[in-house]
Amino acid sequence: MKLPSLRDVATEARLLLIGIPVFLWTMIPIYHMFLFAISPKEDAFSGKLWPDHPTLHNFEIVFKQQHYFLRDFYVQFWNSTLIAAAVGVLTLFIATAAAFSISRLKVPGGRMVLNLALFTYFIPAAFLAVPMYRTMGNYGLLNNHWSLILAMVTIASPYAIWVLKQASDKLPVELDEAAVMDGATTLQIFRLVYLPLMMPSLVAIGTYAVLLAWNEYLYAFLLLSNDREITLPVALGNFLAADDSPWELLMTTGFIYALPPAAVYYAFRRYMVGGLTAGAVKS
Amino acid sequence: MAITLSGDQSIPAPPLSSRLTPAQVWGIILLAPYLLVFLAFVVYPVCYGLWLARAPANYVALYNDPIFARAAVNTLIFLVIGINIKMLIALLLSGFFAQQRTWIKWLSVIFILPWAVPSIPTILSVRFMLNPEWGVINHLIFSFTGDDGPNWLNDPTVALSMAIGVHIWKSLPFWTLILITGRLAISHDLFEAAEVDGASLWQKFRYITWPSMQTLYVTCTLLSMIWTLGDFNSVYLLTGGGPADLTHVLSTLGIRYLRLDQLSLAMASIVCAMPFVLPLVYFMMKRLSR
Repeated sequence: MKLPSLRDVATEARLLLIGIPVFLWTMIPIYHMFLFAISPKEDAFSGKLWPDHPTLHNFEIVFKQQHYFLRDFYVQFWNSTLIAAAVGVLTLFIATAAAFSISRLKVPGGRMVLNLALFTYFIPAAFLAVPMYRTMGNYGLLNNHWSLILAMVTIASPYAIWVLKQASDKLPVELDEAAVMDGATTLQIFRLVYLPLMMPSLVAIGTYAVLLAWNEYLYAFLLLSNDREITLPVALGNFLAADDSPWELLMTTGFIYALPPAAVYYAFRRYMVGGLTAGAVKS
Repeated sequence: MAITLSGDQSIPAPPLSSRLTPAQVWGIILLAPYLLVFLAFVVYPVCYGLWLARAPANYVALYNDPIFARAAVNTLIFLVIGINIKMLIALLLSGFFAQQRTWIKWLSVIFILPWAVPSIPTILSVRFMLNPEWGVINHLIFSFTGDDGPNWLNDPTVALSMAIGVHIWKSLPFWTLILITGRLAISHDLFEAAEVDGASLWQKFRYITWPSMQTLYVTCTLLSMIWTLGDFNSVYLLTGGGPADLTHVLSTLGIRYLRLDQLSLAMASIVCAMPFVLPLVYFMMKRLSR
């Protein structure tokens, strides 16, 4: 084995000089959340870097719904799940159909629809929230899960259409032509040729829409208010309403809430990185 | 005539669809769901909002509201200073993460966490860290110096800086990832040739990396500025716009008016941002829809 030269050691040291601060910067807020989740209340509030008596008691309280703020935990978890799933399915359906129509069928006016979608993508979400709130009121959908589902589909689909359109443009035209020669109908091409070839992009976009909906706070807190209708992030925000908020329980619930999207992200990372960065910024 | 030549004969066709091939008819049917969503949840709300904001009195009221002026300045600081710092760090880190090391590969997996987890729990975690009485930061300051730490979120300048910090924490991984992709696309031969010629690290960056990445970098900066205008969480969950409504940005201000039931003021404040937003959006659309 060769010993590392002095120069290699110096390079490595310089890299570590960047790497260690990056690691600390990234992990401190997350570690702090984890620390609260495993600390009894007294330890959490005394600023210790590791609790004297680490415990899973906070998780027990959350899972048994033994606190005023947590009495609808399971309902809210279910609401979040249901809404995220619905947004994923609806976005996939709408965006795939639109991308197929624009990219493969060359529908007249498709180019314009794509530009409109792109324009929507650039409207800051918090700006659209203001008129959206009133609109949902006019439609009579406030405090109804459909209001949040439809709002999130509106926000997710422009990007979804755009990425899927880019991906479908890369499929060779000859495939469609060959299928037409064999007498395939448009729907058969869509189902038997297009969908299977688009699978990686569809996984990426489905994951994107699900995560977007699961993580959404602003729209959820504007559109839903009833304790048994709200999603988990809104419930977390509601913890702050009290002066003596049980922060250790807030952090525990937050930790539980953050686990599924992190798991989904890492499970589909392969698709996400390829599918999304390619679409996010085309230089 | 096209009408007699084309068209599916089996369908008793009205004049319009007789000029369309079956594929185009399907195209319109498949496009319809998105068009419906677009009309119902983008066109209608935007038009309705603009109609609500039509009275000039709204703009006079905004002009006379000191919170609005403050929010506009805060938004500018957030965008011009915050985003540029973020993108500069992302550019530097993209060079760091492009190094071929096993431990750097693992670090990049961890580094993406802030982007992968929802922002509510992590921002609230930071908020508690900054708590003057119970937060871990002031506990550490006290145990090292014996003095009480500052009341972090009670000073508007510090509070806004912290909100910018939270924003950077959350979105830095995403932009770094994009810039890494750009950096890895540069041909390795160029760097090897520069190595042979004895180019310094700075010269390699100045003459190889930067020229091939500058378009991407500018695009990312503009895109991040547009999106950051809609960043509600970083400010709202950390400072709530406080102290004394001095740390609002336009997105939280709009929601504040909304909650005070002043919808027309909320819309007017958004309309005021449009002269800045629309040119950016136009520029981005030209760039992306080539």
